[in-house]
Amino acid sequence: MATPSTLGQRRTAALLLSPFLGLFAAVTLAPLLYAAWLSLFTTRTSGLGFGGTESVFAGWDNYVRALSDPEFLDGFLVVAAYCAVYIPVMIGAALALALLLDSGLAKARSFFQLALFLPHAVPGLIAALIWVYLYTPGLSPVIDLLASGGIRVDFLSADHAVLSTANIAVWEWTGYNMVIFYAALQAVPRETLDAARVDGAGAVRTALSVKVPMIRPAVALAVMFTVIGSIQLFTEPKVIYNASSAIGSSWTPNMYVQTAAFQNNDFGLAAAASLLIALFAAVLSFAVTRISRRGSKP
Amino acid sequence: MTTPSTLPTAPAPAPAPAAVPAPLPHRRRRAPKAPSALLSRAGVTALLALATLYTLLPLTWLLLSSTKSRADLFGTNGFAPGRDMHLAENLEQLFTADGGVYLRWILNTVAYAGVGALLAAVFSVAAGYAFDKLAFPGKERLFSLVLLGVMVPGTALAIPLFLLAAEAGLVNTFWSVFLPGLVFPFGVYLARVFSASYVPDEVLEAARMDGASEFRAFRTIAFPMLAPGFVTIFLFQFTQIWNSFFLPLVMLSDQDLYPVNLGLYVWYSSALSQGHPEDYLLAVVGSLVAVAPLIAVFLMLQRFWKSGMTAGAVK
Repeated sequence: MATPSTLGQRRTAALLLSPFLGLFAAVTLAPLLYAAWLSLFTTRTSGLGFGGTESVFAGWDNYVRALSDPEFLDGFLVVAAYCAVYIPVMIGAALALALLLDSGLAKARSFFQLALFLPHAVPGLIAALIWVYLYTPGLSPVIDLLASGGIRVDFLSADHAVLSTANIAVWEWTGYNMVIFYAALQAVPRETLDAARVDGAGAVRTALSVKVPMIRPAVALAVMFTVIGSIQLFTEPKVIYNASSAIGSSWTPNMYVQTAAFQNNDFGLAAAASLLIALFAAVLSFAVTRISRRGSKP
Repeated sequence: MTTPSTLPTAPAPAPAPAAVPAPLPHRRRRAPKAPSALLSRAGVTALLALATLYTLLPLTWLLLSSTKSRADLFGTNGFAPGRDMHLAENLEQLFTADGGVYLRWILNTVAYAGVGALLAAVFSVAAGYAFDKLAFPGKERLFSLVLLGVMVPGTALAIPLFLLAAEAGLVNTFWSVFLPGLVFPFGVYLARVFSASYVPDEVLEAARMDGASEFRAFRTIAFPMLAPGFVTIFLFQFTQIWNSFFLPLVMLSDQDLYPVNLGLYVWYSSALSQGHPEDYLLAVVGSLVAVAPLIAVFLMLQRFWKSGMTAGAVK
């Protein structure tokens, strides 16, 4: 009602918001807009190649080229295959571990929580450096162990590339999501669980039909962040296949972008492909949020 | 629609007779009367121990490998100690290699991730508080812009950032990696959630009645209340910047500007493809030295990252 106070709030809001919004405009919006502009051009070597390059307006050309390039599209298929392996395994394991911790049967709960979370403190690049040793035939004690059990796997072959990269992600993110799920489980009201018990539901049944539905929003959010993360797949394959040509240089969408930009100097294409990835991720995470929100309402 | 959002009313075919519904002192339930082997105390603990083995063995490998000589690294079992202790020599090599460039990488990382995340957390908390507590026109529209920022993956911005930095002449500078780290849209979202739950409106009303300016109310009253949220946001962004690899890879060519991540990658690549096997050991020891303080920080600040992750999940 009082105008001075409204004015004061507006002024303070401007003051508090401006550092974030200013930087957000500079390092998020501006690059996206500039990339959108550049994506409409293509560079052409002029004359005999002596005159350097010139920029030519190309319209939607770069987008058409990216979307009709099997290498780019295959990258999305790789990510889809990776998600199909990684997300159910990781979310399932995180959920199972959280339920085990919450079952009241586990000893040393805080030790387990911490030990399972620990890989998350390891940067992806270092995680990949560690695992690549454990994947290398002749060095890896894991391969030796498997071989003594009669199982022979070549982790570094192209056939197992999806599994090998997914395993690193499972290693890094299971404990992280488990901590989130466990916290959500602890917030499930006690009366609800007591009521389930009175109705005669056993521990497993309570876990599956009472606890899991109740922490569904937390699971949905975790799935959304995992999907966004998966689309960015880059570091792990880059490290694992550093010295091999098993998977090629455009295995994932991000690797495609890097190759387009720095091996082929095709910045228009790289810009277009980057924007397509960003758009795809935004649409996908929006859809995941929508679906989970609808699903949580009866 | 198939998922019950309330209790299932039909009693399950219970293997054991319904337990006496005596009120328990707290919400932990006792073990069922006839527990299957899997659900017994030992079974649950064994499953958790198995998972722990999976998470800890690779870290054990890193720890053991850092104490080995190069011959032992390739000649002894990865999960067993080497023939002799080589940690001191390895560390010495690490810090003297390439004119002591490793220390430089660590300092760069502290600047990119430490200082960067600190500023990012300050900006996020300020913005999140403003979104939660202050009235101004266009608020929700601006906030949906923030949410859009949450949904755009960081690495999809790397090439656009590179192109813009190239235009601005900032490629291969400290700022090209530092500035993008200052923006953390998810931190703003978290800060808004924290502000809604930690800062009671009545306290602010009281401060306004006393004649405190809005900014003063934020700085002296709300900000201290948001301290735990601040630490959480800092930790989130700190790990994110520390983890980032694509952006520095794209932006930096000068070794002296590398963060640890990129430096280790270069050593590792040179060991693999450029015939410098000695660099492999450097990459391994360098990984341990880079990870150890991070693990220590996580151990010390458990309370904060747990509360932050939960705030994001429970909403």
